[in-house]
Amino acid sequence: MKKMSLLFSSICLSLVCATVSFASGSIRIGALFAVTGPASFLGEPEKKTLELLVKETNEKGGINGQKLEAVIYDTGGDATKAVQLATKLIKDDKVSIILGPSTTGESMAVIPVVEKWKIPMISCAAGIKITDPVKHWVFKTPANDHIAAEKILNYMASKKQKSIALLTVTDGFGASGREQIKALAKKKGFVIVADEVYGPKDTDMTAQLTKIRGIKPDAIICWGTNPGPAVITKNVKQLGLKTPLYMSHGVASKKYIELASADSAEGIMLPAGKLAIYDALPKSDAQYKLLKGYDQTYKKTYGTEASTFGGYAYDAFLLATSAIKKSGSTPEKIRAGIEQTKKLVSISGVFTMTPKDHNGLDLTAFEMVKIVKGDWSLIK
Amino acid sequence: MQFDQILQYTLSGLSTGAIYALIGIGFSIIYNATGIINFAQGEFVMLGGLFTLSCLEFLKLPLWAAIPCAIAASTLVGMLFERLAIRPLRQPTPINLVIITIGGSILIRGLAMLVWGKDTHAVPSFSGDTPIAIGGATILPQHLWIFAITLIIIAVNKVYFYHTISGKAMRACSYNRRAAGLVGIDVRRMVMFSFIISSAMGAVAGIIIAPLTMTAYDVGVMLGLKGFCAAIIGGMSSGLSTVIGGLLLGVLESLGAGLISSGYKDAIAFIILLLILFFRPQGLFGKADSERV
Repeated sequence: MKKMSLLFSSICLSLVCATVSFASGSIRIGALFAVTGPASFLGEPEKKTLELLVKETNEKGGINGQKLEAVIYDTGGDATKAVQLATKLIKDDKVSIILGPSTTGESMAVIPVVEKWKIPMISCAAGIKITDPVKHWVFKTPANDHIAAEKILNYMASKKQKSIALLTVTDGFGASGREQIKALAKKKGFVIVADEVYGPKDTDMTAQLTKIRGIKPDAIICWGTNPGPAVITKNVKQLGLKTPLYMSHGVASKKYIELASADSAEGIMLPAGKLAIYDALPKSDAQYKLLKGYDQTYKKTYGTEASTFGGYAYDAFLLATSAIKKSGSTPEKIRAGIEQTKKLVSISGVFTMTPKDHNGLDLTAFEMVKIVKGDWSLIK
Repeated sequence: MQFDQILQYTLSGLSTGAIYALIGIGFSIIYNATGIINFAQGEFVMLGGLFTLSCLEFLKLPLWAAIPCAIAASTLVGMLFERLAIRPLRQPTPINLVIITIGGSILIRGLAMLVWGKDTHAVPSFSGDTPIAIGGATILPQHLWIFAITLIIIAVNKVYFYHTISGKAMRACSYNRRAAGLVGIDVRRMVMFSFIISSAMGAVAGIIIAPLTMTAYDVGVMLGLKGFCAAIIGGMSSGLSTVIGGLLLGVLESLGAGLISSGYKDAIAFIILLLILFFRPQGLFGKADSERV
C-alpha cells in the first residue's frame, strides 16, 4: 500500500513538473513552408530564415524567459498536404501560432482550418485574397501587388504620362498585376491603349513590342518574373524603342540586370522592395540597419544572398514574437497582439495592423528605383 | 498597318523560325533512321546552352573554344542516351521507344536542374548587341549568326546525306532497314550516328539562341514542341521542307501575335500542327509516299 501511494504521488509529481516545464519552458511556433517542389524558391529561404532567427533568439535567452521551439513542416507546395500538416501542427504539436504557408493556394486551403481551431496564422504568400476580406485569425506579410502598381502609376502621374501599354505574362502573377493595373488606371484617369500578353517561356517579344511601338503610348508597364522581362528589355533595345519602360517588383533583383545586361537595362524603372536595394537607401532609413543585418547574417550562415522571400518569413517571425512579448503566448493573446502592431520596422516594410487591415503595409513598402550603370538608384 | 511593322514581324518570325527549323531537322533525322520521334530532342537544345555557360564560367574558356566543347559534351550525352536507353531495348516497338524518349527527356531535365539550378542564365552574344536597321525594322547581329549557321548546317546536311558513304547508308536504312542490313550496312551504327548528328544539331541551336533568349534547365520543352511542329509541317523530311516548315511557323506566330492577338501566339502553332495532322499527314509539301531524307 505504501509502495502504491509512493508510486501515485511520484506520478502526480512528475505530471505537475511536466506541466510546469511546459508552461515556462518553451513557446511552440509552427511553420508550413514549401521547402521542396515547384515553389521551393519561396520555401527554402523562408525555412532557413526562420531557423536562423529562432536560434538567434534562443541564444539571447528567448522571449520573456521562455525558449522558442520551431516545428517546421515541408508542404512541397501541395495544398492538400498543407491542410493535413496544419491540422497536425494544431492537434499533435499544439503550436500557438502558424507561420506560412508559402503560396497563395496553400494559404487559402489552410485558412478554414486555423479559423476553426482558433490559431493565428501569418501567411508568407502575396495573393490579395488571403486578407481581403479580412479573416479574424489570418495575417500576411508580403505587400499586395496593387501597392506596387499604385507606386508606378503615382510616379507616372507626376511625369504627366497618360496612356499606358500593358505587357503582362500569362501566369498568376501577370494576370493579377494586369487586373490591378487596369482597375487602378481607370480610377486614376489613365488610358490603357494596348493590352498585350506573353507566355512565361516565350523567347521573343518583338512582335508585341512592334505593335506597341505603332500605338505610341506614353509608357509601357511590363508585369512578370524572369526571364520574360529580361527578354523584353533586350527586345526594346533592339527595336530602339524610346518609350519609358516600367517593370514590376517581380524583377527587383540583381539577377534581372545580369540577365538583361546592364547596357539594355539602363533607364528601366521599377518599384522595389527595400531588401533588394538597401545599399542605395539613405542611412537614415528606418529599415536600413535591420536590412543590412539580415542580409549579412544570412550570407555568413548560408553563403547566399538573402532574398525577399526569406524576408517574408522574417516579417512573420517578428510580428509573432513582438506580439508574444507584448501580450502573452496563448493563441488568442498572440492574435490580439499582432492586430495591435504599430509601426513595427521589419524587412518588407513598416507594419501597422488594424482590425480592418491584416497586411499592414502601405506605399512606403516600395521605393521607385531606376537602373543606372547596372545598379539601383533611387528616384526622388 | 504600316509597312515597317509588317517587316519587323516577318524578320522576327524568320529568326525564331530558323531555330524551329534546326530543332525540327534534328527530329526528322532520328525519325528517318529509326522510325521513332525523339521527344528528348528539346533537351539537347537546353544542354547546348548550359554547357556553353559552364565552359565559359567554370573552365574560363573563350567563347570560340567554349562552343565546340559544349557541342561535344551534348553529343556525348546523346550517344550515352542511345547506348543506355535505346539500344538495350528488347522489343523496340515505336510506342516503347517514344515512351523511353519522353522518360529520357524528364531525366535529363531533372539532372540539369540539379547541376545548374533553377535559375535562368545569360550567355554573352557572339558579336555585340548593336541593332542593325533594315528598312525601318531592326535585327541583332546574333540573328545574322542564327541565319548563317542554319544555312551552313542545312548545306552540310545535304552534302552528308547525298555525297558520303555513311550518309547514303543512313538513307538506305530509312528506306528499308532490313534490306540495308542485308547489304552489309551496320544499322545499329547508323542509329547511333543519327543520335550523334541530331544531338549535335540540337546543341548548336541551343547555343546560338542562348544569347537572345537566355537559358535554363526547362527551355527545352517548348522549343522541342515547336521544333516538332516544324518537322510535322515539313513532313519529317530532313531537308528543305522542314526548314520552310520552321520559317513558316515562326512568321505565322509573329504575324499572329502582332496582327491578331498575342494571347493566341502558341495556339496558332498548335492549330497549324493539328490541321496538318488531320488533312496532310505527309506534310505540307510531300506527296503521299515521298522520299524521307
